[in-house]
Amino acid sequence: MDLINFEATELRLGLPGSTDDQPEIKSTTSHKTNKRSSSEMVSSVSDEHDSSRSPPPTKAQVVGWPPVRSYRKNILQGKKNDQAETGSGIYIKVSMDGAPYLRKVDLKVYQSYGELMKGLQDMFKCIIGLYSEMEGYKSEYAPTYEDKDGDWMLVGDVPWDMFLTSCRRLRIMKSSEVIES
Amino acid sequence: MDLNQKRTRTVDRVDSVDPDLVSPESTPMCPFPDEVLEPVLSLINSHKDRSSVSLVCKDWYNAERWSRRHVFIGNCYSVSPEIVVGRFPKIRSVTLKGKPRFSDFNLVPEDWGADVYPWLSVLAKAYPFLEELRLKRMAVSDESLEFLAMNFPEFKALSLLSCDGFSTDGLKAIATHCRNLAELDIQENGIDDLGGDWLSCFPETLTTLQVLNFASLNSEVSFSDLEKLVTRCKSLRVLKVNRTINLDQLQKLLLRAPQLTELGTGTFTQDLVTRPVADLEATFGSCKNLLTISGLWDTNSLYLPVIYPACASLTFLNLSCAALRSFELAMLLIHCKSLRRLWVLDTVGDMGLEAVGSWCPLLEELRVFPADPFEQENVAGVTESGFVAVSRGCPKLHYVLYFCHQMTNAAVATVVQNCPGFTHFRLCIMNLGQPDYVTNEPMDEAFGAVVRTCPNLQRLAVSGLLTDLTFEYIGKYAKNLEILSVAFAGSSDLGLKYVLGGCPRLRKLEIRDCPFGNAALLSGLTKYESMRSLWMSACNLTMNGCRVLAKEMPRLNVEVMKDEDSEDSQAHKVYIYRTVAGPRRDAPPFVLTL
Repeated sequence: MDLINFEATELRLGLPGSTDDQPEIKSTTSHKTNKRSSSEMVSSVSDEHDSSRSPPPTKAQVVGWPPVRSYRKNILQGKKNDQAETGSGIYIKVSMDGAPYLRKVDLKVYQSYGELMKGLQDMFKCIIGLYSEMEGYKSEYAPTYEDKDGDWMLVGDVPWDMFLTSCRRLRIMKSSEVIES
Repeated sequence: MDLNQKRTRTVDRVDSVDPDLVSPESTPMCPFPDEVLEPVLSLINSHKDRSSVSLVCKDWYNAERWSRRHVFIGNCYSVSPEIVVGRFPKIRSVTLKGKPRFSDFNLVPEDWGADVYPWLSVLAKAYPFLEELRLKRMAVSDESLEFLAMNFPEFKALSLLSCDGFSTDGLKAIATHCRNLAELDIQENGIDDLGGDWLSCFPETLTTLQVLNFASLNSEVSFSDLEKLVTRCKSLRVLKVNRTINLDQLQKLLLRAPQLTELGTGTFTQDLVTRPVADLEATFGSCKNLLTISGLWDTNSLYLPVIYPACASLTFLNLSCAALRSFELAMLLIHCKSLRRLWVLDTVGDMGLEAVGSWCPLLEELRVFPADPFEQENVAGVTESGFVAVSRGCPKLHYVLYFCHQMTNAAVATVVQNCPGFTHFRLCIMNLGQPDYVTNEPMDEAFGAVVRTCPNLQRLAVSGLLTDLTFEYIGKYAKNLEILSVAFAGSSDLGLKYVLGGCPRLRKLEIRDCPFGNAALLSGLTKYESMRSLWMSACNLTMNGCRVLAKEMPRLNVEVMKDEDSEDSQAHKVYIYRTVAGPRRDAPPFVLTL
């Protein structure tokens, strides 16, 4: 993809003005030993001081371009995460329909779906009173989770390990609202 | 000094004119005694007018210098603090700007300079009753802030924009010791945020705060201390909190301060609301004086509507932290008929901009920022059609900052035809060297149209594929141009020569990555003394060329920043500015003054 007019930035010993009139826009892989390359083109951002920038994909990025101040770069990235992975746990938010508060559970504490269900049962019992057996989801409530793609899934279909990595948040829905797809 | 006095855009400025060269005539043609002249002159705030006044004759020069209360120094190295205090004995307010603007984009190494401390130590002796200090791109340490807090007992207003080198400890000192503080405005700085307890340092006796802006700080502050502060400062008119303040807390603050004229919210969404959304809406409705709203982090269609009751009288809406989609913006703008200034992210798309054109006929300023500036593929954002849509609906538009991935010459020509009153035209086509994507031609004609059609153009930033023709147009037609930013443009020395040969009012010129060499640089010899500064980086300048310039123009500082990777003979980053203070004495080792 078109990127940078390397020739305009190329350091030369020739007279000024001897560059082409119509600089090409194709990104040139023939781009060579440019002595100033580390200041203008960086393939990693380690040369510069702004460590808040995420590393570029496969292409070289130009320092200071586009001319956007550092604090603006983080506006969208700074969103609070539903899933915060600390060194020791995977904490995700759990909401239950009808309960005024959300809770957080550490998924790493559980080894299986059964353990997770029991943990949730214990957690919400004190708020809503009786909490029915989850097995087969014949109960009043069905556990669902939001996966990495943003889709809401019924808990239990994928292997536990896969669930651990893809679950972003849990929602315990009233069974009557669960739409079988 | 009355802080409620409206601050005009043009303020006093130190002329770098040598006072001895001013005509020393003191003739009967100036019959006004000082007692008359000084009060009359004290009504003049415009720095340009004050400069003119000071050049009339020696009496007027003296009357002006004694009546000046605010001094504006656009380049802290253009003059020394000693010269300033020597000329103006009764200053109450100082504005100081330091680093070249490209330092905002990491083009200036750390430790370059612009340390405020040397200024403060001189100001403390000369102006012990200094009330206001406004700094932009200065290096400010905690020690400097502590010094400020301890040495100016009447200090009232501190504004730090794009400064760096300090931490929240420095803010603690300000909050603790400035007993009459009316304004604390911290924006976009390279600050070491060690925690929010600085806010709790404001004493319970402090009731004078009018402006508090800590939106750019990350740490959580004590909400109860903030609430108490807001409650007891009855004159608070500007409150901009940071993202850690949630909606419930914001509501409490608004109930305490319905008199606010400018509000910066915290995070504008939450999973759980303890009070229904209707309450929040009513609270916004009770803030009858709101002119500006900013912040609005993380907001969405669920929560944004609570601000609708406050929108009818809004003149400035800053949505540059809120990734709104087009329909969300459209729904909002329906309520904002008085809007003069709007900042958005390009997530609103062209359709969002069409809504701007439809609902904001009084719009004067539009800034569209890129939500994802470094994404090069699969980019959405805005295009030329959004730009044209705004220009059709907003004939009063005179300030635009527009980040996009594609543009056409025809679109720009249409825009300026619809809005010939442009004073600030900053177009950033983010893909380097991008031509008109329809015709594949350079973008020369776009900027040609801008400079031909907009006689009041003061500031211009160009981008896209540009040849020398762009600069020929600029030099020929941009008679009022004061600030020009150029990157990755031009074909030869001619480009820069055209600009330096035209543009009689040019003050600031910043150039990066252009094929302009020594001949071009030297063609502007006599011009540089009428300019504040010239920045050229990654061009074709050599040390020899810069040395020639330095030799010919002794009243310029010609500074070259050496880069490890560049050859010794190349002048990689050059910063040239007029000065009456001589070469810098605080230059770091990588800055050579020739």
